[in-house]
Amino acid sequence: MPDAALKKNRPLWYNLSLLNLPLPGVVSILHRISGALLFLFAAWLLYLLDASLDSPERYAAIKATLVHPLARLVLLGLLWAFLHHLCAGVRYLFLDIHKGVDLPTARLTSGLVLGVSVALTAVLGVMLLW
Amino acid sequence: MVNRVVVGAHYGLRGWLVQRVSAVVMTVYAALFAAALASARPADHAAWKAFFAQGWMRIATLLFFASLFLHAWVGMRDILMDYVKPTGLRLALEVLVILVLVGCAGWAVQILWRT
Repeated sequence: MPDAALKKNRPLWYNLSLLNLPLPGVVSILHRISGALLFLFAAWLLYLLDASLDSPERYAAIKATLVHPLARLVLLGLLWAFLHHLCAGVRYLFLDIHKGVDLPTARLTSGLVLGVSVALTAVLGVMLLW
Repeated sequence: MVNRVVVGAHYGLRGWLVQRVSAVVMTVYAALFAAALASARPADHAAWKAFFAQGWMRIATLLFFASLFLHAWVGMRDILMDYVKPTGLRLALEVLVILVLVGCAGWAVQILWRT
């Protein structure tokens, strides 16, 4: 039985990365990741709001802290997380009412969500952080 | 005889609806906030404080935070249900999320109504 022996010795090759995640899938997992990020940083953002509204001294201290490149990078990341979550969320609300559920439209709106959220992050990031 | 109705599919409806309604509230708030910020352009602490002290702004921000924490609960619960399989650990994390969110809600009210 040469065939059976051959079958037995065949290597198992389940390379799941060969299954490319389609664009709506990318939007979906990023929606989840951005939501989790916003939850994890919610207390820090609330702390910033608290300190900035508390007194002129703490307002100035927060302003000085946020000049740090790392703080700006984190804020920029959170701005993207918020905008992506918002754009993808609006898309899901339309999907809920059966708008844009056919494949070409779903792909198009997925691309739009990814592009618009990055573009808005760039524009608002420059306006608010610099 | 007990009259049982098999209605499995509606158990998650409340959470689903809370997620959608809170999302709409937050979207409207984000648009209002952006417009108000663009028109007021608060540049120092006094202006920033006055910006949040406006009556309508306080209430709108309160509604935003209430929506945010409800929305975060539904989302975090979904994530924990999907990825954390041991029941005890999941329960512990869910309780932790609730405590953090209720704590943040109280903190948010304190921030908004501080004189």
